[in-house]
Amino acid sequence: MRRPAGWRQWSLIGIGVALIALLLIAPLLLIFVKAFGQGLDWFLHNLGERDMRRAIGLTLLAAALTVPVNLVFGILLAWCVSQFEFRGRRVLLALIDIPFAMSPVVAGICYLLLFGIQSVIGQWLAAHGIRLMFAWPGIVLVTLFITCPYVARVLIPLMQEQGSSQQEAALMLGASGWQMFWKITLPNIRWALLYGAVMTNARAIGEFGAVSVVSGSIRGQTLTLPLHIELLHQDYNTVGAFAAATLLTSFALLTLLLKSTLEARARRRF
Amino acid sequence: MTAYQSLPKPVLLRRRGVLPGFGLSLGLSVLFIALVILLPLSALLLKAAQLDWPRYWAAISDERVVASYRVTVTAALLASLGNAVIGLLLAWILARYDFFGRRLLDALIDLPFALPTAVAGLTLSALFAGNGWIGQWFAPLGIRISYTYAGIVIAMLFTSLPFVVRTVQPVLMELGEEYEEAAAALGASRAQTFLRVILPTLAPALVTGTALAFTRSLGEFGAIIFIAGNLPYETEVTSLMIFMRLQEYNHGAAAAIASVVLFAALALLFIVQLLQARLPRSHSH
Repeated sequence: MRRPAGWRQWSLIGIGVALIALLLIAPLLLIFVKAFGQGLDWFLHNLGERDMRRAIGLTLLAAALTVPVNLVFGILLAWCVSQFEFRGRRVLLALIDIPFAMSPVVAGICYLLLFGIQSVIGQWLAAHGIRLMFAWPGIVLVTLFITCPYVARVLIPLMQEQGSSQQEAALMLGASGWQMFWKITLPNIRWALLYGAVMTNARAIGEFGAVSVVSGSIRGQTLTLPLHIELLHQDYNTVGAFAAATLLTSFALLTLLLKSTLEARARRRF
Repeated sequence: MTAYQSLPKPVLLRRRGVLPGFGLSLGLSVLFIALVILLPLSALLLKAAQLDWPRYWAAISDERVVASYRVTVTAALLASLGNAVIGLLLAWILARYDFFGRRLLDALIDLPFALPTAVAGLTLSALFAGNGWIGQWFAPLGIRISYTYAGIVIAMLFTSLPFVVRTVQPVLMELGEEYEEAAAALGASRAQTFLRVILPTLAPALVTGTALAFTRSLGEFGAIIFIAGNLPYETEVTSLMIFMRLQEYNHGAAAAIASVVLFAALALLFIVQLLQARLPRSHSH
């Protein structure tokens, strides 16, 4: 890497910076300008609305349930594919990529067809008074589907690279499996784990397509924050929509900050 | 996307039984994948399979649905080609030049991944509307961006912007400037150096990044519906068609169209994984 010199290099940088300013920085500024466009009072009034508070709560609930489950799943999957060779290992690695490649709307319809009232499982659940679709459990389930690759995909390369010599040494010195896990494995992957959690959380909070299929968009009940933005936008409540957007954008900026700090640490081997 | 394919095999591999927890971790992982990924997928395929062939064909070849394939695929192509150029440029300046604000720009590149798509759609549609900050410069020329086909391309371009940058950037960092200097010393012009030395070396990463961006664009929904205008035959994407069939309670047709999208996505995923398997080889020699 060098200091740029000459008009060619400076103009390349100029074009790049201009593109980033137009495509990334202008939208960021616009969100805050629109949200505060009619004063702070109106902004706060919109955030204090009952439906908005419900949407915030539901979004946080979905993330709070999704992240821990995916952390556990990510560690389990990463452990077995990074430390052991077995038949079907590559299949497992390919399957975990499916949610990345799939359109969120298709993910949503899969869950709707599986648990919706027309399906066998859905009818059984309804007979027992359990409602998954058009209710918060369905939102949590699709979010789980959409975000399940993140933690595993961060951990797998790291754990492969770290190998198993430290863990083996712990076992030979008489540690139990759990002691080895808590004292060696977990500390070794803690930054990567946190990084995976941050990325899972960001996606869980922002998911739109899959959630909109299974939510049923019941105002004040099954609207997550991104869905609530759509509703406010359709109601021509610009300040409200952008006020909700500022919350999600602040989360996104925090995510970027954490991401760039954690990335450097997660890459360190131990 | 799949960095693990490029890593050396761990030492202990094949010596199962030394470390504990194989049965537990494999069992629970397989159970999770079966319940969370495979079971819902099979529900979709089962539903689509319940249609007989004429009804399946009618659902996926409906005129309006075919128009949505055309809109989705051409817009995704344009957006990913745009991203190939923009991404190459951004990766180049971020990997090669040390200038004020470089680290901030580098961190900002990931914004489209961190920002919820609904927020992206809401904001882009306001930004590119006729009275918006950017749209107002195009309006006098008679060019409308928000609520047209161009809006779809912009939304796709935004949401998949980081892919090319993030696949090309590490390869460029590793490549170093020695090759360019060697080419220049041997008398190559700038254009020759770029076309004959740099581009071939970057090609696998560039193609992979573009393919990832394309896959993402095909499935994009949240950002697009805010900016597209959603006019039948003109600015409806396939994800929206699936959504509309669901709202008409036509689950069979929705499943049929979704199965087409699913197979396209899986085929693309397969191609991307093949491309990625070639990545390390191509820049290690």
